[in-house]
Order: sequence, then C-alpha cells, then structure tokens
Amino acid sequence: MLDWKLDFTWEILPRLIAAAGNTLIAAGGGYVVAVILGLVFVLAQRTPFRVLTFIVRELVEFIRSTPLLLQIFFIYYVGPQIGLRLSPWTAGLIAIGLHYAAYLSEVYRGGIENVPKGQWEAARAINLSTVQTYRRIIIPQALPPALAGMGNYLVGIFKDTPMLSVIGVAELMHTANSIGADNYRYLEPYTIVGLIFLAISLPTAWLIRRFESAVRRKMGLTR
Amino acid sequence: MSYLEFLATYSDRFIDGTLVTLGQFGLAVLVATAAALVSGLMKMAHSKLVRAIAVGYIEIFRGTSLLVQLYWFYFVLPLFGFSMEKFTAGFVTVGLCYGAYGAELVRGSIQSVPRGQWEAALALNMTPAQRMRRVILPQALVTILPPWGNLMVEILKGTALVALISVADLMFETRQINNNTYLSAQAFGTALIIYYIFARFMVTPTMRWLERVMARKIGRS
Repeated sequence: MLDWKLDFTWEILPRLIAAAGNTLIAAGGGYVVAVILGLVFVLAQRTPFRVLTFIVRELVEFIRSTPLLLQIFFIYYVGPQIGLRLSPWTAGLIAIGLHYAAYLSEVYRGGIENVPKGQWEAARAINLSTVQTYRRIIIPQALPPALAGMGNYLVGIFKDTPMLSVIGVAELMHTANSIGADNYRYLEPYTIVGLIFLAISLPTAWLIRRFESAVRRKMGLTR
Repeated sequence: MSYLEFLATYSDRFIDGTLVTLGQFGLAVLVATAAALVSGLMKMAHSKLVRAIAVGYIEIFRGTSLLVQLYWFYFVLPLFGFSMEKFTAGFVTVGLCYGAYGAELVRGSIQSVPRGQWEAALALNMTPAQRMRRVILPQALVTILPPWGNLMVEILKGTALVALISVADLMFETRQINNNTYLSAQAFGTALIIYYIFARFMVTPTMRWLERVMARKIGRS
C-alpha cells in the first residue's frame, strides 16, 4: 500500500534541508520585524494622544482578527496597484512581521500592565525621565512575564512561514510542492517537511521553557 | 469600475465563499472541541499508554504547521488507503490542529478547579464520571471560555488555508476574483472586512455572551 522510496528520499533531502535554511531566515527576519513593530504598537497605545491610541488599538484588533494568508496576498498584490512593487521576500516578511507585531504588542502590554503602579510613582519620585523609567524600571520587570509569550510566538511565526509559499518564497513548503509536482510523488517531500518542522519546533519550545524558568529564577520570581 | 459596481458584480461569489467558510468554521469547531476534550482528559489519565497517545497527538499537531498538515492529509493520507473529500479534509485537519492547542486549555482549566471540589465529590460518594460531569467540568467551563474565545478566532482564521487545497471558501473565491479582475485591493480588502466582521462582531460577542451565561448558571456572576 505504501512505498517509501529511500533513494528518492536521499535525492531530495539536501534540497529540503537547504530550503529549511530559508524557512529559518524567513522566521527570524519576520520575528525581528515583529519584535520592533510590536514595540511601536504598544508604545503608540501609551501616548496621551487619544486618537492615535484608538487607531492603533483598532489596527491591532483588525490584524489579529483576519487570516495571515489573506494579509500576505493583500500586501503582495495591492502593493503594485499603488506603485509599490514588492519582492515575494519583502512582502512576506512585512506581512508576517506585521501580523505577529499585533500579537507581540499584546504580550508587551500584558507585561507592562503587570508592573505595579507604585513602581511608576517611585520612578517619578526619584526624578527619572520617561525613557529612563522604561529602560531601568519598567522593562526589566515587564520582560520576564512577557518572555513566555514572546517565545511561543517565535515558534508560531516559524510554523506560519509555509504560508509564504503562496507568493513564491522558496521556503520548505514551496520546495516540497515543486519536488512533488516534478516527480508526482508527495509522500516523501510532505512527510519530510513535517518531520523537519517537528525536529525544529519541539526542541525550540523546550529550550524556550527552560530559558523562561531560568530567567524567572534569576529575577527571584520562582513559581 | 467603481467599488459599488465591483460589489454588485461579485457579491454572489463572496456570499458563496462566505457560506463555505462558515461551514468549515462550524464543523472545525466541533472537531476541535471533541479532540481537545478527549485528548485533554487523556493527558490526565493514570495509564501511561493513554497519556502517551494524547501527548503524541498534541505534540505532532502543535509542532508542525497547519498548512503542512492540510497537504499531508489531502495528498499523502490517500496513499495509506484513507482518502477524504477536500471539504472534509479541510475541516477535519483544521479541527485536529486547533484541538491540539485546545487540549492544553482543557487540561489547565480542569486542574484549576480547587482540590476541595474533588475531595467533596469523593466524600459525596460520586463515581469518577459523575464527579467530572457534575462537579468539575461545569466549573472548568467557566475558566476555559475566555481563552476558548481566542481559539475560536484562530480557527476562523485557520479555515482560510483550506483554499489552498481548493475548497471554494471565501479565501478561494477572493483569489479567483483577483485573478479575473486584477482588482486586488477591492477583492482582498472586501474579504479582510468580511473575516473581520465575523471575528469581531459575531464570534467574540457570542463567546462573551456564553461566558456571562455560564458564570450566572454556576452562581458566579
């Protein structure tokens, strides 16, 4: 019923592993965009400008409520309509970065809101500037509880990169699709892709859990 | 072509697609709920084997991408002599994928029920099944509903991927319209708004309502 071809496996494995490199680059690049943009989103919601806060809040809600796949298509195909031709890689990284920035901004927000009000007041009492307050008082305390969420979304972004295959980013899924189409064999490429995902995401998730508990211990916040 | 003309011309297809998306969503929610409940309970079983099966299911589905799972279910599973219609493959895969995430929520919510409740049920001489059904699960339901609402939105978003195995859902129809007209902003923009309306003004309020009803029923409003 099932014939797994070993020679075919060896033949396609190098291509898939090379493509896994692209997947990791896409995930890493997207994550960097998300980490920075997420910070922009959360800080914009903490300014005294009510209108800005409202717009950013609704934007975050909108991005979180709509499918990433659709956002990828939107950015890739609407760009040229307004004279902005984006390469698949650029469009993909923007889309995936924007999507996860919305999620990360919520993680940051949770972390910041976790810091007791007294800390803000104390920072003000010893005359720290806003930047100093964030950098030396708030962020060090907001970060440990946020780390778990940040780590989960790192794994999440990695697992969502196959969607970039639809606009032609040559990551794992895209490569597996073309191998499948060329050889009329889908068993090996798709199964290997699944195994590569497992081989990367399970240890990463485990490491993130370890890292998180180490940070918590260091901060004296053992659970 | 103005946007209104665009809508008038293609509204039928958007509506057809939306109906398929809603069908996929409803069925995927059923599959996910069943899978999450079963595997979440299995993960707390005494038997090591039962626990191992649950952990295997949860880790495999949480460790790989939904898209990989969809392709695998649709293109590879038939080679094992197990073929599904694309519509079925779509909601089953989406449901199983998010069921694995839901399993952790089920386990967490059951463990959040205070120990005293378990002991009291034991003292009242309830069987394990009675205890689960009448004491533990109703209380766990109240704590699980808020994160479950987020999971519902994720499932709705996840159904967009079934378009890639050619299920004619909203995502699929939108892509077709885009390919026929090159009116990308209109086509994809309309679809974004439809998904947003469903997530924000239908799924989320329904879950909030359920939260209130359950809290009242259990006397915690």
